[in-house]
Amino acid sequence: MAIEYEPVIGLEVHCELKTATKLFCGCRTTFGNEANTQVCPLCLGLPGTLPVMNAKAVEFAVKIGHALNCIISKYSKMDRKNYYYPDLPKAYQISQYDKPLNYDGHLEITLKEGTKRIGITRAHLEEDAGKLVHAGGKAGRLDSSDYSLADYNRGGIPLVEIVSEPDLRSAEEAYAYLTELKSILLYIDVSDCNMEEGSLRCDANVSVRPKGQSQFGTKAEIKNMNSFRFAKQAIEYEIKRQIALLEKGERVIQESRLWDVTENKTKPMRSKEEAHDYRYFPEPDLVPIVLSADYVQKIKNSLPELPAAKRARFASKYGLTPYDAGVLTDEQELAHWFEEGAKHTKSPKGLANWMMGDMAAKMKEQKKELKDLKFDQKKLCELVDLVEAGTINSKQAKEVFAEMFDAGISPAEVVKSRGMAQVSDPKAIESAVDKVLAENPSVVADYKGGKQGVIGFLVGKVMQASQGKANPKLVNEVLKKKLDV
Amino acid sequence: MSLSEKDVQYVAKLARLEVTNEEVAKYTEQLGNILQYVEQLNQLDTANVEPLTHPLDVKNVFRDDVVRPSLTQQEVLSNGPEIQSGHFRVPKIM
Amino acid sequence: MELYQKTLHEISTDLKTKKVSSVELTKTVMDHLEKVEPQVQAFITITREAALKQAAEADKRLSAGQDVTPLTGVPVAIKDLLCTKGVRTTCASKMLETFLPPYNATVVEKLYSMGAVSVGKTNMDEYAMGSSTETSYYKKTKNPWNLACVPGGSSGGSAASVSADQAFASLGSDTGGSIRQPAALCGIVGLKPTYGRVSRYGLIAFASSLDQIGPFGKDVEDCAIMMSAIAGHDPKDSTSADLPVPDYAVEAKKPVKGLKIGIPKEFFPDGLNKEVADAVKQAIEELKKQGAEIHEVSLPASPFALAAYYVLAPSEASSNLARYDGVRYGLRVPGENIMEMYSKTRAAGFGSEVKRRIMLGTYALSSGYYDAYYLKALKVRRLIKQDYDKAFEKVDVIATPTAPNPAFRFGEKTGDPLSMYLEDVFTVSINITGLPGLSVPCGLSKTGLPIGLQLIGKAFDESTLLRTAYAYEQATEWHKQKPSLREA
Repeated sequence: MAIEYEPVIGLEVHCELKTATKLFCGCRTTFGNEANTQVCPLCLGLPGTLPVMNAKAVEFAVKIGHALNCIISKYSKMDRKNYYYPDLPKAYQISQYDKPLNYDGHLEITLKEGTKRIGITRAHLEEDAGKLVHAGGKAGRLDSSDYSLADYNRGGIPLVEIVSEPDLRSAEEAYAYLTELKSILLYIDVSDCNMEEGSLRCDANVSVRPKGQSQFGTKAEIKNMNSFRFAKQAIEYEIKRQIALLEKGERVIQESRLWDVTENKTKPMRSKEEAHDYRYFPEPDLVPIVLSADYVQKIKNSLPELPAAKRARFASKYGLTPYDAGVLTDEQELAHWFEEGAKHTKSPKGLANWMMGDMAAKMKEQKKELKDLKFDQKKLCELVDLVEAGTINSKQAKEVFAEMFDAGISPAEVVKSRGMAQVSDPKAIESAVDKVLAENPSVVADYKGGKQGVIGFLVGKVMQASQGKANPKLVNEVLKKKLDV
Repeated sequence: MSLSEKDVQYVAKLARLEVTNEEVAKYTEQLGNILQYVEQLNQLDTANVEPLTHPLDVKNVFRDDVVRPSLTQQEVLSNGPEIQSGHFRVPKIM
Repeated sequence: MELYQKTLHEISTDLKTKKVSSVELTKTVMDHLEKVEPQVQAFITITREAALKQAAEADKRLSAGQDVTPLTGVPVAIKDLLCTKGVRTTCASKMLETFLPPYNATVVEKLYSMGAVSVGKTNMDEYAMGSSTETSYYKKTKNPWNLACVPGGSSGGSAASVSADQAFASLGSDTGGSIRQPAALCGIVGLKPTYGRVSRYGLIAFASSLDQIGPFGKDVEDCAIMMSAIAGHDPKDSTSADLPVPDYAVEAKKPVKGLKIGIPKEFFPDGLNKEVADAVKQAIEELKKQGAEIHEVSLPASPFALAAYYVLAPSEASSNLARYDGVRYGLRVPGENIMEMYSKTRAAGFGSEVKRRIMLGTYALSSGYYDAYYLKALKVRRLIKQDYDKAFEKVDVIATPTAPNPAFRFGEKTGDPLSMYLEDVFTVSINITGLPGLSVPCGLSKTGLPIGLQLIGKAFDESTLLRTAYAYEQATEWHKQKPSLREA
């Protein structure tokens, strides 16, 4: 009988903090400037230089700790992690080893089956390394390059490394974890979370074990996953790969593997060397961080409502489905826009639908952000209410929306100037229906003969005759009444 | 704990120091002597003693998140042994 | 007496009263410096041109009578592990042979802002690792009292230059005794401040929790003047103490009557060199004559300080010296790949003492050994500190010999690393605990070599150390003796 295997996944996410300056010196943290123009003697690793801790970075790190329900250490310290790599100017990274700032936290992910709590082992503060460009050979690929070029602009930027417990059991769960984590980090405004710019990075530890076994299998570390989508694919691939190995009677090797986006598989990293001995010891150039209860509470109080809480509240307060609540709260700004808008309509659900449908589509198409919109929530609510009241039908509403979006004209104006008020007068509809029935005898005959579907054609004809202004629901009702006689 | 030549070779590799065979032999002896001298620390009972990492009892030294001037690119690269297009060039990593 | 033979405080007065200009003075000093340099070999880089420029600037201040400090226009020397902007800083290593720092160390900035004139960068043991200045890649500095003997280390050049009147004062660094021991061997005053009293920004690191920068002076007052100039909080150094700086020269002249001096029996072991023991005991007697109370104290964990030091210092050094990898500055030896480049560069750039300590430190920190070595040493560190804290409840100052012997001959201790390490036996516990320590001349051996008295104080109580040393010094003539610059 075939053994059923269960994947076990843990994720390590590095989040670059959006402080103005680096963790230990006053150099800028701006992305994308010319190489080696945001470097000083300290972050270049020149002899004789000394680090001084950025207060804002500590604040942001504590914020992250709170947002992830962690215990915030009252006493924590920095440690040196010693290893050689040309992007590391001091040949050691100042990080945290045994006394991380935050530990024992969790976040909740939402799956089809319900919510699941994923543990967070720790979220500690450390400095980023510089950037290497591999050149010569198959340019860009580390394993075939002739030489590398080092740029230290990024070196020293503050990072928080967030390590999850190995609680994830599928690539979907991993994806859900990553999206929720990113949402949280954006909400508390500590990072740009831009994977393309490297302000959010993720590695996965993946292993499999026979279902029911408590012992973990051998894990492989997957790196170089440059988007959440790739991460999901990579993890899926890796799970399959490991299961296949075990089913063949082979063993999984503990190693680092890269996700190859062209071949869609994970491949072993031609190992830089054997397992590192990092020789951690307390950083003598920095002093311990001792946080008062007041300080810790103050930071906690400064947190905004987090995504999970906001989703729950939107669902209950505005009667939205969990899915809708999720979409609207994906970005804090959008959630806020919605909430402001909900004050001005009797149908928040209607507002939500417009925001998620036409508004989202047009914004994406025209590359517009909320701040670029030519209308405010009140105007959109006008439209929502016009539709709810039946004054215009959905087709008309789309036209009104377009004018409002493109030119900022209020829906009431548009309806008035285009005489769009939907026709719901039963007499007018009856006469229009009578006319159409008279003009289309063969279709009527089809209907009476059993082809009930052709009613759609007749509805269309009535709509046409009324320049689209007739209330389609009423038209349908009246037609049916007259045809079923 | 006695130090072997293999230990010395491992440590030299960790420390990125190329060593000849003669050096390995010499260092093994010298380091072995020093480590033996250091063994005397075990004569002291430190079971309930907290390590002292900083001689000064200072905590919470911070700086404000304010931008300060960086070096110019020229200054950054000025001591570089090998420079290429504004970067430090190093031989292949693999 | 030649101008260059005067003390700093004497020459400072001459400058202020316009008996001599800084440019004239600097020319005289530099001429003498260069004349004796072939014998003394105290300097790696001599900065005559720059010194004369600084002297000219100082003269402007002196003529205007504005912004005049005790150091304005005074030629001083700087140990070559302090970063000096645009001036080669080598740490006496091949690794940094052409390194030009783009910035000044904080203490250098302070001296310059006071109008001091820097005559050059002094020789030292490579990366401050040594007790004789014999591990320098560039040259061996000679002891001015006997050119066949070492000046001590690692700040041998800074000590010898002051002893030979090539500068009125100098800056050195002390991690295990590297100011005090050369001061003792060269017959001058040297002070290692309390850890955190002086900013380490710009000091090329050897062992971060032990290193301190300190002054050498021809006498206690000179040392005190230099101390006030360099001490103080620095926001660029997280380990620097935020405490006011006394006028140490004023503090030094206060009387010692009633001062309690502790004599730790562990520092007078049976085998101690008799001349050293006698000279130190006589010095203590002199202080007693001046009204100080002498008490016996015990520092039972202090004999283990050397062992703890030779775990802690190399461990931190192994990490601090990892950055010398040929990528961004310093020596690069090409390699097929980066691993080879690293290994060849570091093998060629570092001398054997440096390599020994890097390997020792790497071993002590490595997986499986950290608890037994590094962590253990940190715990012993606390025990040693507790001993001193207890002793200082009883006494104000502790007196010991500085070095176990006067200057030894070249090559005498280089064969066995451990025998060289034992030079630091009386000085290391002060670095481990972060306390201040000073060496003041207290005698000459039969063969005419200086012997030093070490005074150890409470944290941030350099004033009491200087006071005790001054009282002793003024009652004796040791500080007035000059070396012969002969070889014997």
